[in-house]
Amino acid sequence: MHLAEKKKSWEEIPIGGLILEAGNAKEYKTGGWRTFKPEKNDKKCINCLFCWIYCPDSSIKVEDSKMVGFDYEHCKGCGICASVCPVKCIDMKKE
Amino acid sequence: MAQTKSKKIPLTGDQAVATAMKQIDPDVVAVYPITPQTEIVMYFANYVANGQVSTEMIPVESEHSAMSACVGASAAGARTMTATSANGLALMWEIVYIAASLRLPIIMPVVNRALSGPINIHCDHSDTMGARDSGWIQIYCESGQEAYENTILAVRIAEHKDILLPVMVCQDGFITSHAVEGVQLFEENKVKEFVGEYKPAHPLLDVDNPVTYGPLDLQDYYFEHKRQQSESMKGVLKILPELFKEFEKTFGTKYDFIDTYKLEDADIAVIALSSTAGTSRGVIDELRGQGIKAGLLRPRVFRPFPREKILVALKNIKAVAVLDRAESFSAEGGPLYTEIKAALYDSGIRPLVTNYIYGLGGRDIFPDDIKKAYFDLGVALKNKKVSNPINYLGSRE
Amino acid sequence: MGESRVRVIMSMVEVAWHGRGGQGAKTASQFLGEAALDIGKYIQAFPEYGPERAGAPMKAFTRISDEPIYVHSSVRKPDVVIVIDPTLLGGVDVTEGLEDNGVLLVNTEKSPEDIRKIVNFKHGKVGTVDATKIALETLKIPMPNMPMLGAFLKVNTIVSIDEVSEIVKAKFVKKLGEEKTKANIEGIKRAYSELRLG
Repeated sequence: MHLAEKKKSWEEIPIGGLILEAGNAKEYKTGGWRTFKPEKNDKKCINCLFCWIYCPDSSIKVEDSKMVGFDYEHCKGCGICASVCPVKCIDMKKE
Repeated sequence: MAQTKSKKIPLTGDQAVATAMKQIDPDVVAVYPITPQTEIVMYFANYVANGQVSTEMIPVESEHSAMSACVGASAAGARTMTATSANGLALMWEIVYIAASLRLPIIMPVVNRALSGPINIHCDHSDTMGARDSGWIQIYCESGQEAYENTILAVRIAEHKDILLPVMVCQDGFITSHAVEGVQLFEENKVKEFVGEYKPAHPLLDVDNPVTYGPLDLQDYYFEHKRQQSESMKGVLKILPELFKEFEKTFGTKYDFIDTYKLEDADIAVIALSSTAGTSRGVIDELRGQGIKAGLLRPRVFRPFPREKILVALKNIKAVAVLDRAESFSAEGGPLYTEIKAALYDSGIRPLVTNYIYGLGGRDIFPDDIKKAYFDLGVALKNKKVSNPINYLGSRE
Repeated sequence: MGESRVRVIMSMVEVAWHGRGGQGAKTASQFLGEAALDIGKYIQAFPEYGPERAGAPMKAFTRISDEPIYVHSSVRKPDVVIVIDPTLLGGVDVTEGLEDNGVLLVNTEKSPEDIRKIVNFKHGKVGTVDATKIALETLKIPMPNMPMLGAFLKVNTIVSIDEVSEIVKAKFVKKLGEEKTKANIEGIKRAYSELRLG
């Protein structure tokens, strides 16, 4: 978690608010925001990938067109995946 | 002196600036015409149409769009210019700040004109004085010649790797923008050599090194970015002398943050921007002929404010009249006046200081008006006090 | 720039042109300036900008000097006043600022004496020439500005008529062709010789 990360001085950051590293949102770990955590029942999942489509934080892991789990470093626990799952295979469990 | 000067040719201040733009041949010019800047756009559009420049000219539908297009082009990595006046500058206001915040080295000749209303198209400095806190460097020019030269110099200032701030090159609407004077042009290849090729540090079009411009910047970092802007503006004071020197070496004209005339041994002095300084020179000669030690201080660079230079220039002056071609409506005088007074505060230099708001909406300022300011200074000196600090020179009572 | 500049302007000539929008007063003011610049003088030429309508009374100014010109106000005390349109005489105070040694040049078929009475100008010099007639006969259009420039050259020698003729040639041939250039020079020369002074 980066909550205690030391913020940089005006001399250490790019000018004009520019962001020079593409895709650096990944470094911002939002997993610590969760109070409920998604868990999947593999037996029920039909790999429709609705969860992958709807997840606002790109935290559904997919390999070979199969839903293989969650990126808990970034998942904020919003529960949209559980809500849109047509077979209700995702449960939101208290952290 | 470098042998780069040609015979003088008759040009208006606007034509002189358009010629500088032609010689610079920027990548992008996004611009909307407005009196008295229109001739700059007209002449430059001709150069584009005739193939004399390779500029992509974007004729936009408003100044807000002009500055927006400039921001986009400059962020993309293009050497970018525009030009405006008064209400045009007001309409681009929002993006004027953004250009400076994003540290985009856009060059903008501004032909000073009264900011309405009632509607008026003639010269005063209310437009650029309003934008003095927008984060742009501001240079004020006495003549078309200076506007020409400063437009060229501005490119190097704006694009300097330790500056990266946009620059306004201001001249007086109609008074110099529409007056024909002999202008000495530099050889085009010398100008091109001087401005060089623009090498942007982080162009948006460099797809191998992607960069994000203008992200949300909140309580945690916004302040640091503003601090960067302040420090960069302070840095301009240190960097400009190098560029002045290089300009002089290349083209022969010596520039500084300020210009003075017979100030060294003066008792009383007028401080004025742009063309009014010229009118003051003749008055000084006349007063000197009568044994009155009068002098002139003309700040050329107003942003950043060249405090140290001004203080050194004023150190032996006993009484100063600051002429402001803009009212700030602070009830405390014009913008140049308050800044001069603030600079004096902890310097220990204590001349008597008076303020004259003058020339609003193009009201002509004659040598006799300036003489009156000097005369008042003489009286103040005798009485050892200023009886009326804020005056309106040329306004009917 | 800086302290070394010489600013004592003893030899400056200031000219005020009175015309109506569209009659070429601005062009003439600039042309005189450009001609003087060409022979190495310092110049300023600028109109007094107002509503800028065709037919409305307007003023333009020319300053010519052997020294750099720094003043940037309009001309208050002209050495020479040139009235391109005589119908202005009733409505505009053309002699304003004209001092004892001033010169008033008017495009009119009237005599200098008649003009003196009309404008109530008792000192200095008054010159008249029918520049519109000259323009019609030479240029075939009622554009009296260049002939009035010829009248100026008669009363002020800061630029010579030969120098102006050369510059007209240099500047006009490409734009207007041989014939019209010749007609312009002819107009200038005729007004120069036909000017009546009194």
